[in-house]
Amino acid sequence: MADAAPSTTPSTGPSSSGLLPRTHPLDVRPDLTEQTAGAVVAKPLTTAVQVRAELPGPAADAAARVLGVALPARPGTWVATPAGGRVVWLGPDEWLVLDPTTTPWDLEPRLREALAPAGGAAVDVSAQRVVLELSGPLARDLLAAGCAVDTHPSVFPAGRAAQTLLAQAGVVLLALSDDGRHYELLVRSSFARYLADWLVDAATEHRARRA
Amino acid sequence: MQMIRCPWCGPREEVEFHYGGQAHVPYPAEPAALSDEEWAHYVFFRDNTRGAFAERWSHSAGCRRWFNALRDTVSYRFLAVYRPGDPRPVLDQTPTAGASS
Ligand SMILES: [Zn+2]
Repeated sequence: MADAAPSTTPSTGPSSSGLLPRTHPLDVRPDLTEQTAGAVVAKPLTTAVQVRAELPGPAADAAARVLGVALPARPGTWVATPAGGRVVWLGPDEWLVLDPTTTPWDLEPRLREALAPAGGAAVDVSAQRVVLELSGPLARDLLAAGCAVDTHPSVFPAGRAAQTLLAQAGVVLLALSDDGRHYELLVRSSFARYLADWLVDAATEHRARRA
Repeated sequence: MQMIRCPWCGPREEVEFHYGGQAHVPYPAEPAALSDEEWAHYVFFRDNTRGAFAERWSHSAGCRRWFNALRDTVSYRFLAVYRPGDPRPVLDQTPTAGASS
């Protein structure tokens, strides 16, 4: 692979951020938003780095210095970074850093160089998942059709996160707002088309109602 | 569907979890010193408790962490969950009437 920066390939699909020169698994579903009555948008591919560190500890401190925000200690939460990314709690010693503003070959070495000497680890997992944005009045209805986690804003407000199953597929669900109308859904790339098709199916009745 | 409380994630549907057998089975201090029969007992033999049973569970579809649980093998009710390394909780009362020996 060449060292040069990736070329931006013209595209109308979700991969058009240009940061990651990879085919988006949902480029083949350009009508996803239309078919879900506007509720689901496939986001451009984003940089993702998995962080392992003991908390509290020197590696967690090092990660906080690189990210500009402390690793969230509370299970099932995420925090925003000053750079415009997110740090998601995945386990008592495991986090997922999402940052659409940078590249894996920038973020991974910066985190690894800070964490490794302190006993932590950072691994690029950008190819592992794709991000779907769920918004609007249908967002919770679609989730409820295949997910048992209570997403009511009183218990799942902005800043909450859950690793769970949606229609049998493993997902990470992030609440982005306090009104129950804005979520992000992280799904493994190999499950993305299945989940997109399932979401289209779950939206059928709502589509009919609007027509 | 039964809900199981993960010590980290809270209550989740039981399909998110994976069973891991009896908890608190210590690895032999000197495995090489064991006879075949003793090794077989360590590997294969487990208690078959009626009532509160300490067992290992993994939240495999969530945080993917292992934890321990006290479960009533008569009613399937989870009586307590606790993190690895924590001692087995002491229960106030017999969970199922007539179930414990
Ligand atoms: Zn869990």
